[in-house]
Amino acid sequence: MSDTAAIELVGVHKDFLSHGDTVQAVKPTDLAVGQGEFFSLLGPSGCGKTTTMRMIAGFEEPSGGTVFLDGNDVTGVAPHKRDVNMVFQSYALFPHLTAYQNVAFGLERKKVAKDEIRRRVGEMLEIVSLTGMEKRSPREMSGGQQQRVALARALVNGPRALLLDEPLGALDLKLRQQMQIELKRIQREVGITFVYVTHDQGEALTMSDRIAVMEGGRIDQLGTPREIYEKPATRFVAGFIGTSNLLDGSVDSVTGGVALLVFGPEEKVLVPVPASVTDGAKLEISVRPEKIDLSRDAPAAADCSVLTGTVREVVYHGTSTNYTVRTSAGADLVVFDQNAYSAEDLAGPGDRVYLTWSPQHSYPIGVRP
Amino acid sequence: MRHRLAPYLLVLPGGLWLLLFFVVPMVTMLSLSLQEGDVVNGYVLTGHWQTYVDAITNYRVQLVRSLIYGAITTVLLIVAAFPVAYFIAFYGRRRKATFLFLLLLPFFVSFVLRTISWRYILTDEGILLGPLKDAGLLADSFHILGTPVAVILGLVYNFLPFMVLPIYVALERIDPRVVEAARDLYASPLLAFRKVVFPLALPGVFAGVLMTFVPASSDYVNSAVLGSSSTTMIGQVIQSQYLVSSNYPTASALSFTLMAVLLIGVFAYARALGTEDVMKVAAR
Ligand SMILES: Nc1ncnc2c1ncn2[C@@H]1O[C@H](COP(=O)(O)OP(=O)(O)O)[C@@H](O)[C@H]1O
Ligand SMILES: [Mg+2]
Repeated sequence: MSDTAAIELVGVHKDFLSHGDTVQAVKPTDLAVGQGEFFSLLGPSGCGKTTTMRMIAGFEEPSGGTVFLDGNDVTGVAPHKRDVNMVFQSYALFPHLTAYQNVAFGLERKKVAKDEIRRRVGEMLEIVSLTGMEKRSPREMSGGQQQRVALARALVNGPRALLLDEPLGALDLKLRQQMQIELKRIQREVGITFVYVTHDQGEALTMSDRIAVMEGGRIDQLGTPREIYEKPATRFVAGFIGTSNLLDGSVDSVTGGVALLVFGPEEKVLVPVPASVTDGAKLEISVRPEKIDLSRDAPAAADCSVLTGTVREVVYHGTSTNYTVRTSAGADLVVFDQNAYSAEDLAGPGDRVYLTWSPQHSYPIGVRP
Repeated sequence: MRHRLAPYLLVLPGGLWLLLFFVVPMVTMLSLSLQEGDVVNGYVLTGHWQTYVDAITNYRVQLVRSLIYGAITTVLLIVAAFPVAYFIAFYGRRRKATFLFLLLLPFFVSFVLRTISWRYILTDEGILLGPLKDAGLLADSFHILGTPVAVILGLVYNFLPFMVLPIYVALERIDPRVVEAARDLYASPLLAFRKVVFPLALPGVFAGVLMTFVPASSDYVNSAVLGSSSTTMIGQVIQSQYLVSSNYPTASALSFTLMAVLLIGVFAYARALGTEDVMKVAAR
């Protein structure tokens, strides 16, 4: 049981016909979500996240492929017969019912005994901190409270998986951060598989066990938050998740699995590469801004990447200071310097600086092993 | 001083409007109903309340009949209008406006003409009954014209848009995601309709009833065109008292009585079924 995926998509795709043209909202996709996993679908608006989720819930029939829930083929099964529940982007609470009736709706349809319903709804309202709000109608509740009702209404049924479509999208920043923590706590408490749709990369990174980054109806990369951040598989992922510095260059030599790219007399980039990369290969390298050291003095260590450049911009962010440096290698690199030790800026606009970072912090994008 | 008067000045346009179009005719009519006399010698206000007693006693049958026809019409209208409104709201897509226009299209023709055209449809050897009788499916003596069925059919036809539109508006306002949420929470399509769509449409039904029951009960055209002496409605009586008998006091007294009865009915209905409560009851 535990090794059957909670949700599995095999070759699932969805084509919409709009104004006579076929739009491939979701291209053929394989995907497996494990039991109890917090799985995120991350991508910009219009990349097919909602459509993917609606195919899992049964609101859209795939144009091709198979959907499995707990190993059972549910393709073509009506939504009310699927043991997954959805939290809608707009909450979609029943406006004519109270908070209590909203939460009890699913259990009533399942013909659970009255006493049992009362007990479970009460428990669930407690978990989402809404005790005492039973008689309120959705209209009389704040956005955050409505969002909790929507969550409770889905969770109370104890579904095999919970599908959440940008559930925090309508909340303000403070409340959103609070709800992120709370959602994570609730997920641990109830142990239900969560499929979480978001376009907010920070949210996905902090909450997920694994993330699928989508772009144009396709999954670009699937992995843990760390993998996705540290080793972006495509240029798109590198740019979409956090801030990324991208460098183009060709390999001068490869020694011991580390490629050397020379950009000038004292400028070079070292990057670990798989065996398939040989001399002359074109590489696209990603370096995260917080990995780079910025200094006005030439570096002592020889075995790290070094680039020189001119500071163009300095922005103070409180916890860190961000520098934009125009390098002689051509690209503008962003550097985050933690304000843990430095009482003043490391350099000012117009200063000549050295940028250094260790080889393992360079990552070649899209290179197949 | 000025700001004290301001609220009254602001009420002035609306107040004048009400005075001109509502209060003046009402007072005129009330006064008329309490006058005695005839067209030749003129009428004198005598406060003769007996007119009311006589009018109600003489035309009790027509008054009650009108209310019954009105009620039946309203119920049939709900049954007929709901599917139409539902179809346009949920399946109309980009043609919603077209469908609504088609619904209203016949109503660009005069009320009376439209009703007369139903005479041709319902007449004994007409396009509807003729073929059925020829095929032997109906007895030759069968007829619709002149019966309550024809009158109520005419009423339903003529007031259909006034029931469809408010229900359509209520359905149109339902977030499709809310219906999906019901489906997601284990409700079959039928249950999702019963527990969510229908309760949310009730305010529209409620408004539709208000908009159709009153004019249908006081209608005088349908019975005149499609009915017979056994279907006479109170509107016809009032009309003939005014225009044929020139018996203004009786006509006014009947109008007032009808208005009072309808107002009481509407208020009782609105109180008994406040919009909110309607939905709560239906959701059970
Ligand atoms: N019912 C539909 N008819 C036609 N096109 C649709 C429909 N639903 C979604 N699309 C299109 O499919 C693409 C993916 O949409 P969606 O899954 O909603 O993206 P996301 O949730 O990532 O913002 C978009 O280009 C959108 O316009
Ligand atoms: Mg979406």
